[in-house]
Amino acid sequence: MKAKFVSITINGRQYSAPEGEKIIAVCREAGIDIPALCYLEGISEEASCSLCVVEVTGAKTLLRSCVTAVSEGMEIFTDTPRVLNARRINLELILAGHPPGCMTCDSDGGCQLQDLAYSFGISASRFSDPGKMLCVKQTTSWDTNPFIQFNPAKCILCGRCVNACSNRAVNDVIGFAMRGHGGKVSTPFDMSLEQTDCQFCAECVQACPVGALIEKPRIGKGKLKDLTAVDTVCAYCGVGCNLRIFRDKNGNLVMAKGNENKKINDGRLCVKGRFGHTYANSGDRLKTPLIRENGKFREASWKEAVDHTALKLREIKEKYGSKAIGVLGSSRCTNEDNYIVQKFARAAIGTNSVDNCARLCHSSTVAGLGKAFGAGAATNSIQDICDSDVILIIGSNMAETHPVIAQIVKKHHREKSPKIIVCDPRFVGMAKTADLYIQHYPGTDVALLNAIMKIIIDKGKEKREFIDKHCEGFESLRETVLKYDLNSVSKTTGVDGAKIEEAADIIAGAKNMMIFFTMGITQHSTGVDNVLSVANLAMITGNIGRRGAGVMPLRGQANVQGACDLGALPNVFPGYQKVADPEVREKFAKAWNAEISADPGIPVSEFAEESLKGNIKAVYIMGENPMMTEADLNHTRKGFENLEFLAIQTIFMSETAELADVVFPAASAYEKDGTFTNTDRTVQLLNPAKSPPQGAKYDWEIVCRVSSAMGYGMEYKKTSEITDEIASLTPSYGGITHSRLSEGSLQWPCPDAESKGTIFLYKDAVFKRPDGRGLLSAVEFMPPKELPDKKYPFILTTGRILYHFHSGNETRRVKALDKFVPENYAEIHPDDAAKLKLTAGDMVRVSSRRGSIKLRARVSPQPKQGIIFIPFHFREAAANVLTNAALDPVSKIPEYKVCAVKIEKIKAESGKDKSETGH
Amino acid sequence: MKVLNTENLRKNREKGLQSIISGGVRVAVGMGTCGIGNGAEEIYRALKGSPHRTGDVHVVKTGCFGFCAEEPLVNVHIPGKPLVILHRVILKDVPDIIKWVMGGKIPLDKALCRIEEWDHLTGKIIYGRGMEDVPLWDEIPFFKGQDKIVLRNCGLIDPEDITEYAAVGGYSCLQKVLAENKPESVIEEIKKAGLRGRGGAGFPTGIKWELMRQSPGSPKYIICNADEGDPGAYMNRNEIESDPHSLLEGMAIGAFATGASEGIIYVRAEYPLAVKRLRKAVKDAGDCGFLGKSIFGSEFSFIINVVEGAGAFVCGEETALISSLEGKSGRPSPRPPFPAQKGYKGKPTNINNVETWYNITAIISGGWKRFRKTGTGKSPGTKVFSLVGKVANTGLVELPLGMSLSTLVYGIGGGSDKKIKAVQSGGPSGGCIPAELFETPVDYESLAAIGAIMGSGGMVVMDEDNCMVDVAKYFVEFTARESCGKCVPCREGLFRAMEILKNLTAGKGSESDLALLEDLGTVIKDTALCGLGQTGPNPVLTTLKYFMEEYLAHIKGMCPAKVCPELIRYEILEKKCIGYTVCARNCPQNAITGGKKKAHNIIQEKCVKCGICLEVCKFGAVKKI
Repeated sequence: MKAKFVSITINGRQYSAPEGEKIIAVCREAGIDIPALCYLEGISEEASCSLCVVEVTGAKTLLRSCVTAVSEGMEIFTDTPRVLNARRINLELILAGHPPGCMTCDSDGGCQLQDLAYSFGISASRFSDPGKMLCVKQTTSWDTNPFIQFNPAKCILCGRCVNACSNRAVNDVIGFAMRGHGGKVSTPFDMSLEQTDCQFCAECVQACPVGALIEKPRIGKGKLKDLTAVDTVCAYCGVGCNLRIFRDKNGNLVMAKGNENKKINDGRLCVKGRFGHTYANSGDRLKTPLIRENGKFREASWKEAVDHTALKLREIKEKYGSKAIGVLGSSRCTNEDNYIVQKFARAAIGTNSVDNCARLCHSSTVAGLGKAFGAGAATNSIQDICDSDVILIIGSNMAETHPVIAQIVKKHHREKSPKIIVCDPRFVGMAKTADLYIQHYPGTDVALLNAIMKIIIDKGKEKREFIDKHCEGFESLRETVLKYDLNSVSKTTGVDGAKIEEAADIIAGAKNMMIFFTMGITQHSTGVDNVLSVANLAMITGNIGRRGAGVMPLRGQANVQGACDLGALPNVFPGYQKVADPEVREKFAKAWNAEISADPGIPVSEFAEESLKGNIKAVYIMGENPMMTEADLNHTRKGFENLEFLAIQTIFMSETAELADVVFPAASAYEKDGTFTNTDRTVQLLNPAKSPPQGAKYDWEIVCRVSSAMGYGMEYKKTSEITDEIASLTPSYGGITHSRLSEGSLQWPCPDAESKGTIFLYKDAVFKRPDGRGLLSAVEFMPPKELPDKKYPFILTTGRILYHFHSGNETRRVKALDKFVPENYAEIHPDDAAKLKLTAGDMVRVSSRRGSIKLRARVSPQPKQGIIFIPFHFREAAANVLTNAALDPVSKIPEYKVCAVKIEKIKAESGKDKSETGH
Repeated sequence: MKVLNTENLRKNREKGLQSIISGGVRVAVGMGTCGIGNGAEEIYRALKGSPHRTGDVHVVKTGCFGFCAEEPLVNVHIPGKPLVILHRVILKDVPDIIKWVMGGKIPLDKALCRIEEWDHLTGKIIYGRGMEDVPLWDEIPFFKGQDKIVLRNCGLIDPEDITEYAAVGGYSCLQKVLAENKPESVIEEIKKAGLRGRGGAGFPTGIKWELMRQSPGSPKYIICNADEGDPGAYMNRNEIESDPHSLLEGMAIGAFATGASEGIIYVRAEYPLAVKRLRKAVKDAGDCGFLGKSIFGSEFSFIINVVEGAGAFVCGEETALISSLEGKSGRPSPRPPFPAQKGYKGKPTNINNVETWYNITAIISGGWKRFRKTGTGKSPGTKVFSLVGKVANTGLVELPLGMSLSTLVYGIGGGSDKKIKAVQSGGPSGGCIPAELFETPVDYESLAAIGAIMGSGGMVVMDEDNCMVDVAKYFVEFTARESCGKCVPCREGLFRAMEILKNLTAGKGSESDLALLEDLGTVIKDTALCGLGQTGPNPVLTTLKYFMEEYLAHIKGMCPAKVCPELIRYEILEKKCIGYTVCARNCPQNAITGGKKKAHNIIQEKCVKCGICLEVCKFGAVKKI
């Protein structure tokens, strides 16, 4: 749709502007400054501050440029005495109620009211009430939370925060209370924020033009004018939010704001993105390499540690062969780091046993979608969400794991009312927004999806033309799913048949459906089957190959997509070029000037087992913490303890590092340059927001040193050289360079310098399989490997929570986050709690066949009856002590989402639990 | 169904006529809130329960005929004779009234005026002739010049009896319109009539309806704004209390014309009687099939919901009203989008004021040409005003637009013993019009030209005992308190204007304050988001314009009208004081010294200027200085 242009005059000069555009936008575009305190484009059109007023010929009053659209022939004046006087008076009115406490305000230098007072030359308002001029912090019900401080004394009631909460975060937690001069921003009934639905994303703080709302952790750490800003990418989940991060004069990170990248977060951040960066400042960052000697660590020089490592690895390689060494890349590290680490494994050590923690999250996606479509990545983009009319969220607690995507989905839901279906054993955050919520038992996804497909096929609503033209395998799929009658599936899944039918009808009626999934689908012994079922559903309903229609596996860590893309996987080189392919091996052997093994390596989930079998003798880890994240930790520990040599690059002393022989201090993501690839294949450039602690080094640099010491020389001066090498060997990254990325991100495939990247895959339903057709797989439902019985009567499902991340090594060191959720808990249904005579806060022992942990019971109606949920972030009560290492036969992902446990009430051991909490 | 509705209407009409003119003697007590407040309830009960009353004498309730100063009003109809309105009826009069009417006569000493026939605009009622010694209703000053179009049924029919409404032609306009089935021609009729919004802004109703009709979206809503919040204004309350069905019929016609299927009446919760009568009227109309599905057998279906407001003045503003209806706080939002495009629940919505809706059936029944015979070319029709303050005759006045203020104040209002200084028109956000400008015609443009507004129709008359600075302060205090707090000029501006005025009335102001006040007022008008803020400074700006000398006097520490407490003091004239002690005994502050037969004295430090001493002293010994 092309915009119609109208011709207007501003201050006597002719302009042409798109019809319907707001005057303020047209003026600002034309370089004419329009002051505004309440307006935030696309978020707040409160129209309250009255500073943006302009004179328009023919209008009775001055008009607000923030809400008035231009129309043909409009004569606009922005600088008449009438306009300027009105702005001045209104500004004085605002200033009259705002204490001039700039000298003690954290927002000094970033306060828009201060700027306006300066530009209008107002040192004192003629309306000021001298009695109110001291800036005293007023107490509010917001004071109890560790994230956000609200000082109503400074509030100018512009409403930006209210609108940001409503229109950007789509949470509607705050609003206006009272009226007139006594009006205030408030939660309902002045509740504390913790009592509301607040997610502490602090969009409200970001929107505040003055210092009324402030990030609590940054108070007193420097005025805005004294902070240095750097634009980079968030280091937490895979959304890849663009952020501006600020450091103080001491080089510490103090605050972050979301950057307005419309394709990704559009200014949004979640609580971790906003507050989670301060771990980088932590005093216990590692600064010196450590070598274990007589069972204890001692500090060592870089040279000594590198040489020692190289020597040990060489010895083991010589003694047991390359296959005895496993290497672990990291989805927390950059593409360049991962490229180097897999090159190190393959070229320097000579093994394909290089993996990353994607093994534990999306290996089944890579395998499943790869089989069905030809590539294992998200088919579409985050920005495509707004083009969908049905959104199916299955096995994804996106409100906590990918909060910004959840906000975008909610915003889309509010604006265009697409139908949202949420399928999850827990009543997760998005279930509240959903039009239809299905609570099925963990591990019954295939049965559920097959039943949905059966209903669609029974009603003849499958897209036959699409299937015939673009897919193969439909007949056997049809035969299989037709066996899944509603009654038996209803029993298997624990879901009312009518709901399954409703889901099928909604899905069949979709013009454009996007399916989102995460670990609820992948972390099963049938993970690949689950993913194939999702792909089946997308294909038989023709929902692939265009904007707003596709399959979105949401990636859990900042560079989990990139770590896989860059070949930190046993079976593929960078760009998913198969190790099994001799031509590919030849290509890399030539480029790297090394011999490449054809032996398929082993995945990380088998490292421990292989170590116990004596097949793996050494492991080299870059930036991972398997001693928290592997399933069945007691078993894993035995395996790792059995190693002859373990080296790790890490930013903190972690559970894994404690077992290591050599520990290298590494730089954190906020200290790096290089690139991350997010969940929708967008490659983005990082900028170092601070320097690494003195003594710590970049991950790629450490690997290069060890490699060179081992005799395989790797020398790069800067990360862009590595990126260029990646481009030369990786077709999908062929057109990606630092200089292009500095102009804006690129989505792979981006094969050459001319390519603008790819917003969605499989255009015109041409799949990346040999014949261009998608593969429909007949998948039978198989129950999880361990089901509840008399001895272990509950199903345990594990996962992530909003306030912590992964093994907790970063977030537990962020004071605000750790204060907010300081300890682990087992979430249990009220009916189950009643049976066990448990009340909220009781200490319980949860045990599986593999171990037991002690933690607090949290009684919540969220999980389905018979299911308990435990987050996996807490070392004091590590959920993975309990989990079952039953692996998916294809992807080797462990079954984190289902195992059988029992729960016993125990006496609280006061004090002891707390002392173990700290790091 | 059609037959049933139509038959219903005929039956209702017959029954109603019986009750109004031919069913024996009818004694109707004016029982609006105003009448009840003046004792009408007791009178009604006494009449009804009178042991002397026989079955031929019917005692009924009616609404209010509008002459507040003469309440309670009771009208009496003896078949064949004119309807006679009795005034200032008290309980003691009841036995006499019963006695008289049983004898076929009227207590002449209580008679205010008589009505021989009445054009209800849809159904003419001939009461009877004779009784020439009682003046005709439009011969007495208060009614002279009034033209009861909106108030056509008020005080004459029983508002709680749908048959009486049917008897005076009620619901026949709706029937006619639905039979013709041409929504466009209804809009055309309203457009030709030139009806303008009676809420005060004066936007042409026909054009508003047309925009609504053309606006895409479904369902559509129409809303009656009955959130009458101006202090001193009660036109809408009386209209609803006295004649609720006219409103419903007007809305049904509007809904048909604009394509709406649901109507909402947003009425003040502070008007319990109006709410009660509305709810009854809605139910009765629904029971008769005049509301609901397939009205009069047509394809038109329409329901009305009555919603009570929560007491915010700003909810009289369209967008704030909608916000309030949606369950949100009543804060206005910028327009466009206009309610016709995106209103209640995001759907096309048309909002009209109560009085606008009352004009609809009047136009449909008599035609646009007849409607245009009243009023001026640009402002046709009438407007109901609540005339209050320092005039002899207070009450509800329905005047053809374009009549002068002096007709209203001196003619109908009967003037005052003291010198009239000004009229505040249009409520707290109207303007103060000085007596020199009383020849100004009362219409939208003329009032706007002198800085005032028509508003919804409040007219407060002020005389030399009113301090204009105090008046400005009073109204700004009201609007500042009622500001929703959204936009800066209204929230902060009115608050600061109030502060400045408080200083001025305390004698602490300076000339620069006056300049700042004017500048501030102008900017508030120019930049406030909604009507409340845009008109809020009017009392300040008009008093500054027309009564500058009073402001200047306050700066010098004097309040010429002797109103502002900080600028006046009470003193006891030694010569006149006989030591009666009544002042000292009544002084709430014990600020008066002196004993029996001794000269009294006021301790100024203790005095709070309440003026009780002045009121109670019979010897003229207390003086306000």
